[in-house]
Amino acid sequence: MVLIAEAPIAAETVRRWLPLAQDGLHDPANPALRLLQEPSVALSRLPSDRVGNQVNWVAALEGGHINPRTNILPESRVRMIDLDILLNLRGGTPIVRFPHRQHTLWLDCSNCHEHLFKSKAGANKFSMERILKGEQCGVCHGAVSFPLTACERCHNTPRNKPPPAAAVRGS
Amino acid sequence: MSTGWKAVAIAAVLSAGVLALSDGLGEARAEYGDVVMNNYSDAAGMRPAVFPHWFHRVRFRCKVCHSDLGFKFKAGGNEINMLKIIDGQFCGACHNGSVAWSVENCDLCHSAKPGTPTQVHESTINLLGGAEAGPAGAAATSPGGGRASATGKK
Repeated sequence: MVLIAEAPIAAETVRRWLPLAQDGLHDPANPALRLLQEPSVALSRLPSDRVGNQVNWVAALEGGHINPRTNILPESRVRMIDLDILLNLRGGTPIVRFPHRQHTLWLDCSNCHEHLFKSKAGANKFSMERILKGEQCGVCHGAVSFPLTACERCHNTPRNKPPPAAAVRGS
Repeated sequence: MSTGWKAVAIAAVLSAGVLALSDGLGEARAEYGDVVMNNYSDAAGMRPAVFPHWFHRVRFRCKVCHSDLGFKFKAGGNEINMLKIIDGQFCGACHNGSVAWSVENCDLCHSAKPGTPTQVHESTINLLGGAEAGPAGAAATSPGGGRASATGKK
């Protein structure tokens, strides 16, 4: 498999979002459509991406462009963890360095553990076929978080370099 | 600049503009992650409901709905109906006139073209060939679990 390096987004890249009435999904006959926020109004002010909503959502959060609420129930414990896991250690494609930090900015531990992924390093058997079918990482990647065509964002660590010491070796 | 070159330059600018427009606006392309829910809408004579992920994640982290409120990661998999919403479950946790608009604003959520199937717009499964491409019965049923993928009409 040949991975094509992702071209950086040029500063002058023009992003366009279709008006709701023209997006093929919303009913243009709906009189309430004009009351809804247009994607261009909300998204044009956020950091660029070339895929998905054309927004780098992690950069938007980390850069303070947005400050989404962490909970709606006052008793909820907001849990975050900073731990990288190295995956795909024996595959042909570059190693996957999975960052818990960026994921727990958005998600709770229980969203993935233990039904999607076992917490024990090496206990999970990953498969791109399953991911492409919407399982494992594909529950979100390919549906709402950056799509599966951005291979190098997950397969982000060259195999010939010694893995960073801070990361836990998975499977 | 000679008149000839000016004409060429103007023609180039115009054709680039036409190309840019036809590139973006010619195709039907709703926002990535837009969820359509049509479990009951068509049968009830309502437009299917659209849930725009992009709008909500500007304001709420995923965990608010998928952990606090128990939304499964599966389009159409939560079997939401208006009774549950009015009871304060699912969308009704916010869409109660307090955090967000309340249920009498039907058309604000029920805004998709009639007949649009339940799906996650632009999802890999949609692009791979629609609902039939998805694994049958692969959805997890635990709270906060499941998968966000196209399921087709129920």
